[in-house]
Amino acid sequence: MSRSEDTLLLANVSRRGLLKGMAGASALVLAARWDTGHANEKAQFGAGAMPGGWIDNPNVFIHIDADGVVTFINNRAEMGQGIRTSLAMVAADELGADWHQVRVEQAPANQDKYGNQNTDGSRSMRHWYEPIRRAGAAARLMLEQAAANQWGVPVSEVRTDVHKVVHPATGRDLGFGELAKAARELDVPGRNALVLKSDSELRFIGKESGLVNGELTSAYPKAVDGEDIVTGKAVFGADVDLDGTLYAVIARPPVYGAGITSVDDANALKVPGVKKVIRIDTADQPAAFNPLGGVAVVASNTWAALEGRRALKIEWDRAAAGDNADYTSKAYREALEKAAQSPGKVIRQKGDTEAALEEADKRVSATYYMSHMAQAPMEPPVAVVRVSNGKAEVWAPVQNPRATRDGVAGVLGLDRENVTVHQTLLGGGFGRKSKPDFVSEAARIAKEFEGQPIKLQWSREDDIQHAYFHAVSVDHLEAGLDADGNATSWRHRTLSPSIASLFAPDPRHKGEFELGMGFNTMPFSIPSIRLENPPAPAHVRIGWFRSVYNLPHAWAIQSFAHEMAVAAGKDHRDYVLDLLGPDRQVHNLTVGDGWNYGEDPDLYPIDVGRMRRVIERATEEAGWGRETPKGRGLGLAFHHSFVSYTAIVFDVEVDDAGELTIHRADIAFDCGPQANPERIRAQLEGACVMGIGVALKSEVTFEDGVAQQANFDKYLIPRMPDAPKVVKVHLIDNPDDAMGGVGEPGLPPVAPALCNAIYAATGKRIRRLPVGDQLSG
Amino acid sequence: MASLTINGRQYELEVPDNMPLLWVIRDVVGMRGTKFGCGIAQCGACTVHIDGVATRSCVTPVSAVTGEVQTIEAMADDSVGKKVQQAWLDVGVAQCGYCQGGQIMNATGLLKNNPEPSTQEIIDAMAGNLCRCGTYNRILAAIERVAGKEVSS
Repeated sequence: MSRSEDTLLLANVSRRGLLKGMAGASALVLAARWDTGHANEKAQFGAGAMPGGWIDNPNVFIHIDADGVVTFINNRAEMGQGIRTSLAMVAADELGADWHQVRVEQAPANQDKYGNQNTDGSRSMRHWYEPIRRAGAAARLMLEQAAANQWGVPVSEVRTDVHKVVHPATGRDLGFGELAKAARELDVPGRNALVLKSDSELRFIGKESGLVNGELTSAYPKAVDGEDIVTGKAVFGADVDLDGTLYAVIARPPVYGAGITSVDDANALKVPGVKKVIRIDTADQPAAFNPLGGVAVVASNTWAALEGRRALKIEWDRAAAGDNADYTSKAYREALEKAAQSPGKVIRQKGDTEAALEEADKRVSATYYMSHMAQAPMEPPVAVVRVSNGKAEVWAPVQNPRATRDGVAGVLGLDRENVTVHQTLLGGGFGRKSKPDFVSEAARIAKEFEGQPIKLQWSREDDIQHAYFHAVSVDHLEAGLDADGNATSWRHRTLSPSIASLFAPDPRHKGEFELGMGFNTMPFSIPSIRLENPPAPAHVRIGWFRSVYNLPHAWAIQSFAHEMAVAAGKDHRDYVLDLLGPDRQVHNLTVGDGWNYGEDPDLYPIDVGRMRRVIERATEEAGWGRETPKGRGLGLAFHHSFVSYTAIVFDVEVDDAGELTIHRADIAFDCGPQANPERIRAQLEGACVMGIGVALKSEVTFEDGVAQQANFDKYLIPRMPDAPKVVKVHLIDNPDDAMGGVGEPGLPPVAPALCNAIYAATGKRIRRLPVGDQLSG
Repeated sequence: MASLTINGRQYELEVPDNMPLLWVIRDVVGMRGTKFGCGIAQCGACTVHIDGVATRSCVTPVSAVTGEVQTIEAMADDSVGKKVQQAWLDVGVAQCGYCQGGQIMNATGLLKNNPEPSTQEIIDAMAGNLCRCGTYNRILAAIERVAGKEVSS
């Protein structure tokens, strides 16, 4: 493996420097990604490097009752990715449990006991597959030992059948329930005593089930929450039902950082049901996960609280927000586009790009824009908090239970141990619920109602206008081609406010984990490459949105590669396979990426051969190269993110009125080993639809610091008519590489593939997202 | 004072006339299957049936409700609703599940009026129900399954 692909190495993107610039709350969250030595001194990468690390003790995760019911304790947030089902399947398979006898319980926030619980970064299965298999295997061995003891035979003579241990020599058997008590009293076997099941012995792991590209196969094993969801019994954050609950909403400063000049709450207090109005101080900037501040209305039901809020008269102190109060999207975009014309901080340099551009036979240049977006999970943020006798109890739909616990402890001045966080189901997360600001708000209110549960509900307007917004971005690319159209140089300038702006004042540049999302990890083999990151300030809260900075990077790079192919007069697929160059493994450090999603680059290098395979699969399945009628075309894009590989081909049609129809999507995906293919397919289908929203519809703009979209009438997300008529997911059979992420990598290639297809159909190049009405012009 | 029949049970409730049915069901009656998503009839998470017609409870003042209300909790006892729920499970529609109660109520309302809708009729009828997880292709497959069509995409 070459370590000298580029001349600029890790030294240029200082991990230490980034950490130093971030105080307080940053250590809480971002340390998860950067301070890889923190949790476990030996582990530099992977699950062991996360705060809390991994745990594989079977007594923590698996309980068996005398009646044989197996309870799996799930430590990760369930937000639709199906982890409660998939991780329980892993445990049940290794244990030998009958799926009908398996129940799932959700662990409370406790990283010391349950290991890392921060559910983001497409890490749940990637980091927990092996520990949970070991826990299952250890529990199985304990059951076998208990049976052997009871029969007075060597453990080597017994084996586990489905939900029972058998002694083939004598035909005796004992059910898991009969063995549970004796097994629990045994010592947990050492890891070197464990023997994991061979692939041929597995019943669930890696097996296709459910709907496979439109064909219904086996529906077994059933999703653990399926029945509760379709009958309305599933408990999401707002469904927590405690006696004496009071309901709250908050009027937040319309501009990030604005204060309160005056509040007239006379009319609010006249609304029937309104109990109290509370002023909450505006958070210091940067606000991290702290409450934004504002005015809370507490009432006997949600409607009364909303009516009370409507009746408030608040004069906001916009001056306190500084230049955030002048933040206007159009002007900001123009400023970034101007800045993109000048060199920026050099992130990666190979060869003499400027000379190569000068000497090129043909130059291609383009600037791409992607707007702010709100995650807008269907369940808006909501939390229930009860404070009594110096302790707090929390029920909330959060991706990061540990940060939730620490946030509440901070607001209430309590030790972490005095805060209990019960994790409900999440009605979608997409990164929004990685930030527990809404739980800290509920705690702030509950502080004034000793012993009484407070349910804080965000309205949809709150959710969209006070999101942790996906960063707006401008990407400017230039390439030089030789007389045959081959690329000789590539220069890419990327500009976005950084998520680090939540934690540190004015970082201006993207952090290592942001650049590592498809920017410096760009895998093309081009003689000269220069990657730059000019500065961009933040004026609103910027935060993780599913796939994060992979979205703008993939959108720009994959659109531009298509533009180069068009300029060269070559087939897009052939051209990008040529750009990728020969199959090889690119070590991340050689392209200046010291992050690699927290994974070991020796285990998870950038694998060009895997990239090529998904491109070939998607294009073959889509019938790439076939003739298409007027107004119809195929578009391709691909991307490596969260240590997995995705390629997508869209088949679209645009009629004379500019109406777009997406006939079909072919998605090829390689995440290495697949724990639960059924939910992998579901994640990719869903990411495809969400990506269509990113491409076509979703945008939050600002005028004088105020978000101009507030609800789903103006902030548009995909609806059923927007979905492709046909979605086909093609999973690459690859058990040999290390397991990659699933939840996020399906999203980044969607927008560029769709826009490339629109070009193929119409000749119209899209460089500004969302597409909106650009096709009807 | 509002007088309501919800899932066959009679309620006499002290609530303001303009209180949306959604909040009456959730916060006053205490049934949590009907969800809040937008408050302006743009997402369909709050869908209930009033005399069998799919209705957005978030914009329906309680004083305007004269018919019988049914919620997702009653669908297991409804001949069409039960089939829809089963199709949802067979096809593995749900991801996070938050919107699915409203999706099922809307789909059941459609199928009660039109037991064999065309694909385009289904898409048109379901266009008002948002799913951020993007499960639309599976929702369509599940409804077509109830409508007696082959599950194919």
